[in-house]
Amino acid sequence: MLLTKEQALARSAHSVGGPNETFVLNLGPQHPATHGVLRVKLTMDGEFVQRAEPVCGYIHRMHEKMGENRNYSQFLPNTSRLDYLSAMQYTHAWCGVVEKACKIEVPERAEYIRVITSELNRIASHLVGWGAWVMDLGGFTPILYAFDDREKILDLLEHICGARLTFCYYRFGGVVNDVDEYFLNGTREFVPYMRERMKMYKKLVTQNIILRKRIEGIGIITPDQCRRYGACGPVLRGSGIQHDVRRAEPYSIYHRFDYDIPVYHECDSMARYLVRMDEIEQSLRIIEQAVAKIPEGPFVHPKVPKVIKVPAGDYTFATEAGRGRFMVRLVSDGSDIPYRVKLRTPCLANLSLFEETSAGMLLPDALAHMGSLDLVIPDIDR
Amino acid sequence: MSSPTVEQLLAEFASLYPPPPAPVVETPAPAPEPAPKPVAPKPVAAPAPAVEGAAPAAASAAPVPAPKPAAPKPPVAKPGPVLQTERAPGAIAVDFAAKGYHLDLSIPAADIVAVAQRLYALEFSLDTMTGVDWMKLEQMEVVYDFVHFTTNLHLVVRCRVPRANPELPSIIAIFQGANWHERETHDFFGIRFLGHPNLVPFLLPEDATYHPLRKDFIRAAD
Amino acid sequence: MSAVIELLGQEPYWSFVRLALFLGGVAAFVGANAAYLVWVERKTAAYVQRRPGPMEVGPQGLIQPIADAVKLLSKQVLVPPEADGILFRLAPVLIMTPAMMCFVALPYGSALVPANLDLGLLALFAFASVNVMALMLGAWSSRNKFAIISAARVVSQNIAYEIPMLLTVVTTILMSGSMNLSTIVTQQGGWFWNWNIFQLHHNPLVWLSFLTFYICMLAETNRAPFDMAESESELVAGAFTEYAGMSFGVFFMAEYANIVIGCSLAVILFLGGWNCPIPLDILPSWLGWLSTGIGGALVGLGFFFAKLYALIFTVIWIRWTFPRTQFYGLLNLSWKILIPVALVTLWLTSFLVKVL
Repeated sequence: MLLTKEQALARSAHSVGGPNETFVLNLGPQHPATHGVLRVKLTMDGEFVQRAEPVCGYIHRMHEKMGENRNYSQFLPNTSRLDYLSAMQYTHAWCGVVEKACKIEVPERAEYIRVITSELNRIASHLVGWGAWVMDLGGFTPILYAFDDREKILDLLEHICGARLTFCYYRFGGVVNDVDEYFLNGTREFVPYMRERMKMYKKLVTQNIILRKRIEGIGIITPDQCRRYGACGPVLRGSGIQHDVRRAEPYSIYHRFDYDIPVYHECDSMARYLVRMDEIEQSLRIIEQAVAKIPEGPFVHPKVPKVIKVPAGDYTFATEAGRGRFMVRLVSDGSDIPYRVKLRTPCLANLSLFEETSAGMLLPDALAHMGSLDLVIPDIDR
Repeated sequence: MSSPTVEQLLAEFASLYPPPPAPVVETPAPAPEPAPKPVAPKPVAAPAPAVEGAAPAAASAAPVPAPKPAAPKPPVAKPGPVLQTERAPGAIAVDFAAKGYHLDLSIPAADIVAVAQRLYALEFSLDTMTGVDWMKLEQMEVVYDFVHFTTNLHLVVRCRVPRANPELPSIIAIFQGANWHERETHDFFGIRFLGHPNLVPFLLPEDATYHPLRKDFIRAAD
Repeated sequence: MSAVIELLGQEPYWSFVRLALFLGGVAAFVGANAAYLVWVERKTAAYVQRRPGPMEVGPQGLIQPIADAVKLLSKQVLVPPEADGILFRLAPVLIMTPAMMCFVALPYGSALVPANLDLGLLALFAFASVNVMALMLGAWSSRNKFAIISAARVVSQNIAYEIPMLLTVVTTILMSGSMNLSTIVTQQGGWFWNWNIFQLHHNPLVWLSFLTFYICMLAETNRAPFDMAESESELVAGAFTEYAGMSFGVFFMAEYANIVIGCSLAVILFLGGWNCPIPLDILPSWLGWLSTGIGGALVGLGFFFAKLYALIFTVIWIRWTFPRTQFYGLLNLSWKILIPVALVTLWLTSFLVKVL
């Protein structure tokens, strides 16, 4: 069912002569659909959302100030605590910006390991986002299937770095541990396994008529809105803009692999859903190629200084995290402590367009729309 | 011209902000390691002792790593090397591989709305914005990142405002995404965005009156 | 002692004893059923989701429902300060009582009919329609915004689905020509093709009628995918947001009681009630005890419950497979699809019944 904002508002009680009464509904900071401490102040006209104003900051930890108080290596674990589901890509951005500024070379093998682990992390992140979203829509079972598959990824990553969620695996000039045959074999086996599971998910969830009715045509985000709000990641690609940081601002060795950037032009929640599902497939393709081609050699640059001093200047490094473009801006004054760290997080940009796009929606549609943005609240609040 | 190239943008902004006379680089260079200069031709670098008050809004500058503040913070022991670059408004092409962006545009704070309008017409997207506190220079810098979705250009726009009275126009009318970024920048730096309808704390508590990312900030509780 | 029993066995005392026995039986059945349906639901959900489910209390978690009940009973019944205290406390009573009364009208076996009413079907629907009012009162009196949104949804949903449900029921009344539930079941005796669901010469669309009835039953009992009243990912707990302890437990029990009633009705109206798929009188004589007396009653009860729990299992299965529908999707389904279908079926059936 496709409704424009005007049509939706035109059907509200006020438009047919009812009293112009609204009430404020506080959604959160503890609410089952906000997955964390997001609060949305909804001005409701019956079940129609007149205005949805997200109120952020409930889990604000001031990572940017922490960055100004500790040296470059000490700040590394902080980055994995922003979007805890995309820890690999986030630490990659921090390592990347320091490596770029200090001109530290990353060995070939380390780059391959980074690509493999980043893509595994992306699959795990999309699985959680997918499962949690379907749970928002009232389907309880898929999230447990998703966690089942994610468990396999987490076991593999735990084997190489010890952590299961807030990975701090990358180091300036490489990674902290080499990968062994157990990890590589496990990854090789995981790829065909996950492909089979994706077929099952397609039958079980994607083609489900109730799910499709709930998200097709709901939550239209136009390309222009994406530009004005700086939307990124699957939200952007679901709006018909083929922009992926891995291609747009190439980093690491992504240019060596053969993969597609999925893009859908419907601009609705279903498009964002399909983008994520396709991205899992593309990540599997990348992993498959990387595992096949991974060279022998050192896994970390041997001569990385213990105390890192970044040459004065202003550097940025962006990575494509699970939820979109994560960029670190590092302003250095040449000392061993950053002068300014700016963390540009994808969820903040993606949530900021919610107020405009959700006006006039029904409450369940608005929540379905919010689920399609795949928010991680600590990533917004930093 | 919805698919601008670096050259086109350079030419356009060069006409708006004519380049200053011959670049003179003068730097009290840091002793141990010669801070590698960015590849791009960085124009003027004057030893300018903290331009305060003089030409308030127009005093804009390039990526200026400033002296480490004498903040009373425990980890800050030694003052970092001083590198100071003052430059007139204008655009510089930057080596992407070294810096992570393609074009560095420095403009007077009053021009930000016009520039944002132009960039919106060019189909740029507002990626993010933030502030940098150059306490020693008595300046605040507001940094805007713009990204183009089809040409993949990453453009950095900088405005300098005096630290004593940090104010500049809001671009919320053009890029609504700036709403939260401006509120956040106001939270952290106390930079006021004129024309912003709702400049209340975004991430900080709603009664916060402090600005934690200012270099002279001590502790919120005090 | 034996004299007392003998006395009670005579009229007019026997009627009262019988009533008391049935009431006790129904109450015990409703309670145990609700408790163990929760266990079945949790185990089914666990099976669907590839996890063990409750395992701690008792073997396979079988004592878990009792532990839950004790926990709920030991909790304080909280009444929010702004709430309307009387209505707030009344709502759980209002939702449970009609459900219990419905149980009295149901025929469980040929001899197991607590109250054999001539207008049993009508009585059942009359009682069942109180459900929506209780939910609405509970939600409204708790002065919670989520609950009030839920109340509005519940009312429109129940009204929307009562219409197609009654239309299908009228269709079956036309087919059997009676509103006495026992008579309806008895008419479906013999071979299984006598069941209403196979009476295609009276109503060629009876399968569609059954489907309509089943969907309406899901919606009337606020079960997934139509659980608008609770919709926990949108409205926290919907109408029950402010309820705690056993007052919440009563709503829960009533939900399961309503599922049992709805599924029992489906069994009675379409699947032949307590009837065995094959006629029991063709059995050899040494199995004759299966068709008469206590044996017959037990066999009837067995078949009734087998059909009933198969339907209830489907209800649970659906809940753990499908996401929740959209609210306007729900209303569209009723007004644009189910009601026209039910009307066409009704028209066709009345035509066929009259002509043939």
